[in-house]
Amino acid sequence: MILLTFLLQTIRIAIPYLLAAAGGVMSERVGVIALGLEGMMLAGAFGAALGSYYGGNPWAGLVGALVAGAMVTAVLAVATLRYKANQVVVGVAINLLVVAATRFYLRRIFDSASNSPRVPGFGGEGAGGMFASFVNPVVWMGLAALPVLAWVFYRTPFGLRARAVGEKPEAAATLGVAVTRLRLQGLLIAGSLASLGGAYLALDQHQFSDSMTAGRGFIALAAVIFGRWEPVRVAVACLLFAGAETLQIQLQGSQLIPSQFVEMIPYVLTIVALAGVVGRSVPPAALGKTE
Amino acid sequence: MSSGMSGGTSTGPATPPREQQRKMQSTGEVRAIVQRLAGGFLPPLVALASAAVVGDLLILSFGEAPSTVFRLLVEGTWGNAYGIGQVLYKATTLACTGLAFALASRAGLFNIGAEGQLAAGGFGAALLGTLLPAGTPGLIAVPLCLLAAMLVGAGVGAVPGALRAKFGASEVIVTIMLNFIVLAFLNWIVSSKLRVPETLHTLPVVAGMVPRLADSFAAFRGSAANFTIVFAVLAAVVSWWYLFRTRSGYELRAVGLQPDAAEYGGVRVPRVMLVTMCLSGALAGLGGMNFVLGYKGYYEEGFAGGAGFLGIAVGLVGRNHPFGILGAALLFGTLSQGGLAVNAIVPKQLTDILTAVVILAVAVAVPEVQKQLRAAAANVTAAFYRDARNDVS
Repeated sequence: MILLTFLLQTIRIAIPYLLAAAGGVMSERVGVIALGLEGMMLAGAFGAALGSYYGGNPWAGLVGALVAGAMVTAVLAVATLRYKANQVVVGVAINLLVVAATRFYLRRIFDSASNSPRVPGFGGEGAGGMFASFVNPVVWMGLAALPVLAWVFYRTPFGLRARAVGEKPEAAATLGVAVTRLRLQGLLIAGSLASLGGAYLALDQHQFSDSMTAGRGFIALAAVIFGRWEPVRVAVACLLFAGAETLQIQLQGSQLIPSQFVEMIPYVLTIVALAGVVGRSVPPAALGKTE
Repeated sequence: MSSGMSGGTSTGPATPPREQQRKMQSTGEVRAIVQRLAGGFLPPLVALASAAVVGDLLILSFGEAPSTVFRLLVEGTWGNAYGIGQVLYKATTLACTGLAFALASRAGLFNIGAEGQLAAGGFGAALLGTLLPAGTPGLIAVPLCLLAAMLVGAGVGAVPGALRAKFGASEVIVTIMLNFIVLAFLNWIVSSKLRVPETLHTLPVVAGMVPRLADSFAAFRGSAANFTIVFAVLAAVVSWWYLFRTRSGYELRAVGLQPDAAEYGGVRVPRVMLVTMCLSGALAGLGGMNFVLGYKGYYEEGFAGGAGFLGIAVGLVGRNHPFGILGAALLFGTLSQGGLAVNAIVPKQLTDILTAVVILAVAVAVPEVQKQLRAAAANVTAAFYRDARNDVS
């Protein structure tokens, strides 16, 4: 019973990580550094709250999230693909931009400095009991995202081209792959996935609150690196990080390990993986290169 | 820089082709200077123009007049001594984190970790300030605390530096991850060991406080501006001297421009990377003094408040040049303080949005301006050869 509760809570916590990390894998495998995940998620959360508030149902919220995610992705794509701007700088700027813009419009639209009014989410009160999460379609999307991505990468022509573009764009171009267009497609998919991750947060909590993603985009990025850019490994990394978080919540008050040390786990593991102490994480060869 | 100079030293007879060559070389030199100036100043100007346009649109979307808002912004910052003091205070921290970003950038390294280094530096200064015997004279205590701030910052910077140098681990990812680790660690140590009960800050320091500017210039009364600004300006001067007047600085820039060539030329690239990240961390750590010893007198959770990330903007707009950074720090200090000045009629996040727009615009403009300049230069060269051919025929 305790194990089941633990598992269910882990899955609930893991959903935004799984979605954003799927976006991160997509983006980085086509060669664009995914530092903007946090911003895409936050934009998705805000779009979801707006859509659900005005549309009156959570499906409108999902549409809102996708639109907001696409707007952020458009800025990212124009800057990095059209103008070849430095991807690290653009990623950092996007995150700052979305934090500021969502705060600005929170005040403009809802006249509040901290949160939106209550918005409809998936599943009524008490529906499904303990398994309430599984009434939520976003949970299923989250669980499916990385396995589907694995299938796309290794079983479809699009996946083969995407991997080629991220590893050796010149070679891909020689074979007639439109590199920039493929990267744009990859980014749009990435932005959609990450914004759904943000939408999950907003709809789950029935509101948007200021900076509600709270670094989850970076945990997702950590999972991408710790999972060595392989979708299935990345999914395992997401579940591992979420499991650590669940453990911390359940141990709260026992003072066994300070919560701050549990918070550090994803970041420490990622640094260790990058340093290559146990099996080296090697990024896609063309990651971050502009021409 | 002046590859075209060699033409003048030749002793050959001044034949017409030689004349032509010389003419081309001098136009080449002028062009190089124009190109350098344009490449340096155009991107920030483009960025400011874009920010002004976006700002206008946002203000209009709020149903306010842009002119009113911008007037308030200027009046609330440079319009009175208090406002100027606040801008100088904010610019001090930003100059330090901007220098940190720029120094690493010159070596081709992205230090996104200034936020953690800044917080750690401030913590180091606060810790030493509380441990020193009470009443230690400032002449001894301030330099010691300064050293503590820089050493702790350097220590945090050393981690990504060493991992990059030894294992080739991306310093971008390591610095980002380290921000979270450092902030969580400081959170733990302050909340479990050192804090004053019911607060998020440590005990006040007993030695090493930096005097306020208001102590010497009464007009600044009430503002947080303090003499840490002198250290920030000194840091810029020393950084300039280091980058452009020392052998190590030359090696640093060589690694940034062409690591393979630098290696071939005998530069120990991994060592330069490690040293650079330590220096970068030390500069960011120095910024921690401003809040801890210049303003509050204690370390407080979250005092960095994004100033580390803003350092990236400062470095970019300052074109990674120490003196450009001092100017850019004033600009972003003004924006940051200006947000508070306009908050009554538009949300203060307006200036945060503009800051992000400036970063994006510079990032876009730098490669674009270079591309356009190259294209223009190619046109000029083509035109020159066309003219030359016509002259001969």
